[in-house]
Amino acid sequence: MGRISSAFQLLKRQNKKGLIPFIAAGDPSPRVTVAIMRTLVEHGADLIELGIPFSDPVADGPIIQRASERAVAQGISLRNVLQMVERFRQSDTRTPVILMGYLNPIEVFGYEEFAEAAAAAGVDGAIIVDMPPEEAGLLNQRLRHKRIDQIFLIAPTTTGQRIEIIAEITSGFLYYVSVKGVTGGKGADIAEVNKKLALVRQKSDLPVAVGFGIKDAESAARIADCCDAVIVGSALVEKIHDAGAKKEDISADIGSFISPVRRALDKAASRAMN
Amino acid sequence: MSETSVLPGINEPRQGQTPDEHGHFGVYGGRFVAETLIEPLNELTKACEKYMQDKEFLAEFAHDLKTFVGRPSPLYHAQRWSGKVAGAQIFLKREDLNHTGAHKINNTVGQVLLAKRMGKTRIIAETGAGQHGVATATVAARMGLQCVVYMGAEDIQRQAVNVFRMKLLGAEVVEVTSGSKTLKDAMNEAMRDWVSNVDDTFYIIGTVAGPHPYPVLVRDLQTIIGREAREQCLETTGKLPDTVIACVGGGSNAIGLFYPFIDDSPVRLIGVEAGGSGINTGQHAAPLAAGRPGVLHGNRTYLMEDEHGQIMQTHSISAGLDYPGVGPEHAWLKDSGRVEYVTINDVEALAAFHELTRTEGIMPALESSHALAHASKIATDMGKDEMIVVNLSGRGDKDIQTVAAIEGITL
Repeated sequence: MGRISSAFQLLKRQNKKGLIPFIAAGDPSPRVTVAIMRTLVEHGADLIELGIPFSDPVADGPIIQRASERAVAQGISLRNVLQMVERFRQSDTRTPVILMGYLNPIEVFGYEEFAEAAAAAGVDGAIIVDMPPEEAGLLNQRLRHKRIDQIFLIAPTTTGQRIEIIAEITSGFLYYVSVKGVTGGKGADIAEVNKKLALVRQKSDLPVAVGFGIKDAESAARIADCCDAVIVGSALVEKIHDAGAKKEDISADIGSFISPVRRALDKAASRAMN
Repeated sequence: MSETSVLPGINEPRQGQTPDEHGHFGVYGGRFVAETLIEPLNELTKACEKYMQDKEFLAEFAHDLKTFVGRPSPLYHAQRWSGKVAGAQIFLKREDLNHTGAHKINNTVGQVLLAKRMGKTRIIAETGAGQHGVATATVAARMGLQCVVYMGAEDIQRQAVNVFRMKLLGAEVVEVTSGSKTLKDAMNEAMRDWVSNVDDTFYIIGTVAGPHPYPVLVRDLQTIIGREAREQCLETTGKLPDTVIACVGGGSNAIGLFYPFIDDSPVRLIGVEAGGSGINTGQHAAPLAAGRPGVLHGNRTYLMEDEHGQIMQTHSISAGLDYPGVGPEHAWLKDSGRVEYVTINDVEALAAFHELTRTEGIMPALESSHALAHASKIATDMGKDEMIVVNLSGRGDKDIQTVAAIEGITL
């Protein structure tokens, strides 16, 4: 079993909700990315999403756009991101790492080469935002062959029939985009999310993580009841950028951001138990 | 001209040219977008399938092209210029005479009719030079629809007149400050808007790029250019042209002109990309000549990208060609060899701009000037009884500030 499935099984056994922080690789500087990943794990991250910088991040709001631009400006490539994962793996062999990004850097890298290099570096999953299942056949094959989970998104506009197609091709977990919009936008309508996720649960046994619009302990707690894990992206990326602009060691800032989210999720989980 | 030639839309399917159900032209095209947009694209595809065959819709489109756009546009024999070039006879397809001054309006007139039928109340668009933005603001005004146009901060500086035109037409022009602050970033921002407002918003893409069905939809709305031109050639000279030339940015005026000639195998088709400061300088906008296949803005096509897959900055004297990608059907036509793609640099295009203005009294857009420059290049080696058709895709009024600035003149 892969690290992602193991992580979700463990969460289930412990009756916990997963916390999946997203950070932009290479922002504010490539030197600190691995340290940030370790800090996130120390403060309760169960899985980590690492953003591959891309010049044209069409699904992202301003915060992640700017982070991506800064990383691109520093010349951070997909190969560099894989090296970061490799370094992270030297001290952490348990926490799943999922690369998230856009297809073009992978196209240029080559599907087979990417699958091989990612597996060798210790990558567990890939979310390629602009690659729907219809276009994913060949890359999906290559990733499966290397036991890397390709995680697809489900959106508020996704029909029941498409949920089946997506669940069929996805492994690891399903990523539910809680709002119609880009990352870092307005919060989700919980009733809508609940309704849609009930449909997703009917169609698939995979764990479901919810992302987009979750920015703090409160919004995480509100969404936690209806899913297995929450993804926190833009708010964290902003925190890292603001703190990183002032000093080198930002572990305390990351801790003070992520720990309350962890506590809120744990509280929500225990509340649900009782 | 017969009545059928202004009836747009229905293109006979050709072997290998109509994309598959997912919009693939060979390995190109497709639908590389975030999941949220898949359903809206499915809805648009269904609407296209329904209305592009619907007699009432096509009649309304034909009527608007005739009475609002001013079609058919003439095919003009540039006799004096042909004489100076001393070779083939050059004919100009006068898309510059359309309402709003370019071929762009053919597409927006059609798409806004679709938007109406789909019940959308808000129109968005991206624009580079501002021509597509103006053409979109125009049809939105006419239909009484809300209109938002995304435009790069750089382009807003370069094309102040078109920005004001859009505002006069009631559109909101949103300045895009991300990335390279040009057309590609405006398109990113328009897609972000669409994903956030899918319920009431119709995205009018201005060229034959983007996710399926846009490359097919825009092509089918623009083929009116080629169908008219083909018939006008036969009418005037009794034969088909020997060569057909158009400039290629995203490629909508080129595909619109080329498409009806594709099965006429003796007709040579040439697309002209922006060579900028020269291909060897890297400062250009010629993905077909110097790029390689990749994925951007919802489709796989030739792109200008670096070794890591980051999209590169482009350069062209003409804002309308300043784009790092190209429509997927062009990528396919390049690989298949049916269309030749060449480049013309800034200096050559500027010379052609002046040449046509002084010789024929027609001021061409800097985009179209690329096609004109290539026509004059090859015409000299052709016989006097041979015929070239050039798409004069837009008029040059919008470019006079650019031309003046290059020549150090303050207006």
